[in-house]
Amino acid sequence: MLDGLQERLASWASVERGPRAQDITARLHQAEDVPAAVAELCAAGMALATLVATDEQATSERDLKVRYVFEPASHSLRPLPDVFVTLVTSLNPTRPELPSISVEVPAANWHEREAQDLLGIVFSGHPDPRPLVVHDGWPKGLFPLRKDFQASQRPPVEPAEEFPHLLVEGEGVLEVPVGPIHAGIIEPGHFRFSTVGESVLNLEARLFYCHRGLEKRMEGMGMLDAFHVAERICGVCSVAHGLGFCEAAEQIAGVKLPARARVLRTLALELERLYNHVGDIGNIAAGASYHYGTSAGLRMKEALQQVGEVFTGNRFLRGLIVPGGVRRDLSAEAAQSIEAAMAATAEALASLMERIENNPSVTDRLDTTGLLALRDAIDLGATGVGARASGVDRDARRDHPHAAYAGNSDLKVSVVTESDGDVHARLNVRAAEARESMRLILALLAGLPSGPLRVPMPEALPAWRIGLAAIESPRGAAIHWLRSDAAGRVERYHLRSASYANWPAVPLAAQTSIIPDFPLVNKSFELCYSCTDR
Amino acid sequence: MLTALLRSLRTGVVTIRYPDEPAQPPARFRGAPRVQPGAVMATLPPPSVCPSGAIAGGPSRYAIDRARCLYCGICAEASLDGAIALGRQVELGARKRESLAVEVESDADGRAVALPAPPPAEQVAEQIQRTLGRSLQLRHLDSGSCNACDWELTALLNPVYDVRRLGIDFVASPRHADGVIVTGPVTRNLEMAVRRTYEAMPEPRVVIAVGACASSGGIVGRGYASAGGVAEVLPVDVFIPGCPPRPEAIIFGILLAVGRVSQPRA
Repeated sequence: MLDGLQERLASWASVERGPRAQDITARLHQAEDVPAAVAELCAAGMALATLVATDEQATSERDLKVRYVFEPASHSLRPLPDVFVTLVTSLNPTRPELPSISVEVPAANWHEREAQDLLGIVFSGHPDPRPLVVHDGWPKGLFPLRKDFQASQRPPVEPAEEFPHLLVEGEGVLEVPVGPIHAGIIEPGHFRFSTVGESVLNLEARLFYCHRGLEKRMEGMGMLDAFHVAERICGVCSVAHGLGFCEAAEQIAGVKLPARARVLRTLALELERLYNHVGDIGNIAAGASYHYGTSAGLRMKEALQQVGEVFTGNRFLRGLIVPGGVRRDLSAEAAQSIEAAMAATAEALASLMERIENNPSVTDRLDTTGLLALRDAIDLGATGVGARASGVDRDARRDHPHAAYAGNSDLKVSVVTESDGDVHARLNVRAAEARESMRLILALLAGLPSGPLRVPMPEALPAWRIGLAAIESPRGAAIHWLRSDAAGRVERYHLRSASYANWPAVPLAAQTSIIPDFPLVNKSFELCYSCTDR
Repeated sequence: MLTALLRSLRTGVVTIRYPDEPAQPPARFRGAPRVQPGAVMATLPPPSVCPSGAIAGGPSRYAIDRARCLYCGICAEASLDGAIALGRQVELGARKRESLAVEVESDADGRAVALPAPPPAEQVAEQIQRTLGRSLQLRHLDSGSCNACDWELTALLNPVYDVRRLGIDFVASPRHADGVIVTGPVTRNLEMAVRRTYEAMPEPRVVIAVGACASSGGIVGRGYASAGGVAEVLPVDVFIPGCPPRPEAIIFGILLAVGRVSQPRA
């Protein structure tokens, strides 16, 4: 796959290996060639994984750069090779402009808008160049991820017009604004529904209320401090994001982890997926007003979080993973309580799913609600449960093996897909994945290798290196991109979370349903706002 | 229907007895770090070991800010001879931000002596205790949290913690609320919404800050996108430290805000 590709890219770019040994990086001679090179990659069966923009004016190259990271698309050859292809383009800092690829590659839409807001890069021809990450009143011409922007600055709020959104007009059309402060205990986002009666004609989701500037915050930090921020980008993805940061940093440092550390990390990752999935099944029941199911789901989740605290000392499994390995071993007490919890959860989950399936007043709400078509899921680069329920056969545990999944036949993940793309399909995928996680957890416990828990990490990373890692978080693949600076600290870290990739799919799915079903549709994707907004 | 009922009966009561009985965290639970009295000051780790900047000082004075602390235990691991130990106390909420900073001083032999804690905050206003002291209806306000604190608030409603048994509930509108329970450091994009939600509540009203970010800015700090804590924007009645605080710790803080408890159990 790569050989042919290298030849075809050679006319626009100089091609080399990296950042990982099996990856390739193509440096484009001119930014105008981005669309042609991207089209070539797409024709070769690649899909956009993430886009990283950087300010490198302080380096010898004195430019801004945009990196398009591609991975094999779900519909290309099997098995999917574990490779990333990075297209790098250099931009003149006084006029950082290049052609947009969002029309041809819809998955690039938010990435380009984010780079526009945070680095002042202009993507000409972008179909929707409204601000995304910065909201009304942010001063024009101020770009937080430029290196000359001081992170501690608090620019004043400037008077601004109301955020422009698509206006639907006509007899009986009603606009319903919801949020950012919601009625339940949920994260903040603003939803603008245009409806006729109960039918949703259009939904615009405005996010990034949780934008905390964490990527800027991490710049200049040492690995241990930056890790603690990464672990806190999102509460219910703490393990996945902490792990992704560590794998990127360990790749740069060139350290190889002991087998026991990798297995304990994987155990935490599967426990995190499991408590999320069973809790989310309860949340779907809440969306369908099936309160018995809500309570049952919350109880399963609670029991698993308590087990997580026995294992790691924290109900969100924080404090286990650390760059270079894990900080604590699995105690005998924790191993026993995890095993007991697997038996109890398997029984409770089977009982709950049976109750849901045999309850027509619940299944009627789930069937054909919130449809996401396979074509849309692929175009938007959707990932995780939402994508697999529409037939996208992708799972980073299999396609970009990380932690202990690499080279371990007991841990061969069987990827679950459905084809209906409705709430019911997403529920079924979740339940099947929860069962698979329980199988993996028991296999991990049974095959726990002996050996050290961690290896020494260098105080400072080797300078100017890039680490790239894909982790299957509870919500799908998260792509971590890290680069070290001259002092071996964080120069730039970028996370494309699974929620970030999936959010644009939610309004599409919601538009196929009625407005009272929106909470149900939303819960069936169960995306985080915090790891989208960062 | 009948089988669901039977299943519920078989399950029995799963609700914990907190606050009538103390919280029972597992052996590995990491509570607040403290400098052991008599510890040699030179064995304390440099403040730079703390990922959230909760430690300040040097060989003569040394302070740990529990509001900013992540309860990660890195400082205890980095200290020699157990100079810093992690406590097991869950009830850490306080009515004054200063009460959460724990400070020691060096004596003539270079050993740590605890400085007297600041005087406890004055009693809860009588009007708040009288009006809100029995049943409390709270509006959750996410001001940009990582969602860990939010999910712990959700856990308060699960059958295990079930705060409704204590007369505490979460309501859909600030108009119906006696107070806000705030998670997150107050992001720039939410500051206006935070102020408006507060203003929409009738008086008397309480503000409860949950977690390190809400209490102090935590790992997020103060910057272009964050105010650095709820107290920068609203008058806070109770700070509940933790990253995130355990559900019992949140219950304790809520009860503290309306004067139903006045101090942690001994």
